[in-house]
Amino acid sequence: MLERQNNLKALFYLAPAMVLLSVFTFYPLFNAFFLAFLRDYEFLLRSAKGFTLFGNFKNVITDPDFGIAMKNTSIITFISVPISVIIALLISVALNSVKKLQGAFQTIFFLPYVTNAIAIGMAFAFIFHADYGLLNTILGWFGINPINWVGLNASWSNAMFALLVYTIWGGLAFKIMVFLSGLQSIDKQYYDAARVDATPRRRVLTKITIPLLSPMIFYITVTSFIGAFKAYRTIIGMFGETLRPPGTLSKDSLITIVGLVYDALAHADATGKMSEAAAASIILFSITMIFTLVQMQISKRRVHF
Amino acid sequence: MDITLKEITKIFQAKDKSETVAVNDFNITIPSGKLIGLLGPSGCGKSTTLYMIAGLLTPNHGRIYFGDEDVTDMAPEDRGIGLVFQNYALYPHMTVRQNIMFPLENIKVPKEEALKRAQDMADLVGIGELMNRKPKQLSGGQQQRVAIARALVKKPRVLLLDEPLSNLDARLRLATREEIKRIQRETGITTIFVTHDQEEAMSISDEIILMDLGIKQQVGEPQDVYDEPKNLFVAKFLGTPPINLMPGEIKNKQVLIRGSKVTGKAAKNQEVVVGIRPEGFEIDPNGIMELEVYMVETIGRDTTLIIKNFNDSAKSYRIIVDARHRIKPGDKVKFNIESDKIFVFNRETGERL
Repeated sequence: MLERQNNLKALFYLAPAMVLLSVFTFYPLFNAFFLAFLRDYEFLLRSAKGFTLFGNFKNVITDPDFGIAMKNTSIITFISVPISVIIALLISVALNSVKKLQGAFQTIFFLPYVTNAIAIGMAFAFIFHADYGLLNTILGWFGINPINWVGLNASWSNAMFALLVYTIWGGLAFKIMVFLSGLQSIDKQYYDAARVDATPRRRVLTKITIPLLSPMIFYITVTSFIGAFKAYRTIIGMFGETLRPPGTLSKDSLITIVGLVYDALAHADATGKMSEAAAASIILFSITMIFTLVQMQISKRRVHF
Repeated sequence: MDITLKEITKIFQAKDKSETVAVNDFNITIPSGKLIGLLGPSGCGKSTTLYMIAGLLTPNHGRIYFGDEDVTDMAPEDRGIGLVFQNYALYPHMTVRQNIMFPLENIKVPKEEALKRAQDMADLVGIGELMNRKPKQLSGGQQQRVAIARALVKKPRVLLLDEPLSNLDARLRLATREEIKRIQRETGITTIFVTHDQEEAMSISDEIILMDLGIKQQVGEPQDVYDEPKNLFVAKFLGTPPINLMPGEIKNKQVLIRGSKVTGKAAKNQEVVVGIRPEGFEIDPNGIMELEVYMVETIGRDTTLIIKNFNDSAKSYRIIVDARHRIKPGDKVKFNIESDKIFVFNRETGERL
């Protein structure tokens, strides 16, 4: 009796969140699956000519942009995530050992997190500006000629480099914050014990700090990979809606899979485009899911909870 | 190797600049190869002293010597100490073997030798068959042994233990303290352990050092300190049940409690505190002190009589008598007092007269 009352109570507490999630998350999620299997869906008329198993997926995959998007997404993910995790780890270990002004440093490193991504993207576009950008100015001091990073007709590799720098930097703040809180929860006695046992600093980092921080590192890595697979804001922030440096061809585009989804959505009034967007998002979902499962398997052996 | 602390003072400064003197002008020589209990109530500076010997804390004043060597400015890793922390600080992600081998790997002992030494040490402390377990899979007593093995494996000059038994349950505590004594005997290593439990310290130490408020109170073999407390603090701190303290006075070289003479003392007339150990009372129909028994606690081996405190009814005195005497609550019993179980203290300073 009491238990049933408690269950009822719990349901009431959960209700507001459940209603919102149902309307804005669960329904769109299932609807996306549904749309992805409709043949020749007309968004404006809400009508379709029956179902197709792979038709929409085939349309997505055979789109020349799909290959480009896959390549870009993979590069962004597999380069920016490991690098930013490692840099964040080193910065937070350094920050944690700073005694004076630690609060001030923490604030500085956390500021990017509370700043709008688009605004930062624009700021980075200026840093990488060929003529009066900060980066080329600094390179100039070392006698290096200005490089066209993101300007007119900039090469794909230059643009990608700039994008990666921005992505890595933008992801640091949150990672540092999580790592720092993790570091501060490690019992100081481990370090005293290590000191008494004459542990070299490198070994303290690799044998004590990193293993004890491994749950945090795992959490950050998984969420960062998921976030990187969804990269889009960073690109639009830096290159605008064309998703590529001005004057370049679409083969040099920095479009990602999410970019592909939005691209299809932008043409939702054309036959079948809505279903293509749904199919592309399901492809992304599948990749992300498989990747996360693989990581969880690895973590069973590598993470010390 | 002896350890000598000379005029050691440690002051902690809080954020608001207020200062706490944790250890105050501490002088002591710890003899080589002995098991020493550093004993005192919490906050008395005993752990601070231990950590200064370890080198994890630096004294504000004074010098620390290992033998003739001044180690005051030496880093902990160069002092050759083994330290067992209160909660052991075993690395949770390493197996027992990896934990014990860790100090050896740090100083680049060849792997073969390190494995052998770790195994030998584990066998010595009796955890030889648990080498592949993680600390979480061990009981508190086993973790304690791993910590001791890890501290001893690099053959330190001194073994330091911070409250080694406080995280163990009562039964394990008895077994482990014998174990510590055995390991210390077998290795012959100078060992200092910190505890707030007087029974623990008295039972296994070759010598105890009593501290209070950062100041050394008394040093000596446990029985000597118990039999001849220098001051009220020492008398109160040692012994269970604790010593009975009664207000008294000295008049004409006689010590009086509630007007009747209990012993003699060649000192000037003054108000005093008289301490009598619970086992110092002897039932005698012609005894000098008559007390009304309030309650009786029987444990079989002997019997504890509880007497209401003269001044404070919330407190009580305890008298241990032979179990032969069948005494009931409400009985009025006469006692004689054994002269070596009664101590007289200055009421103001607490110094023994």
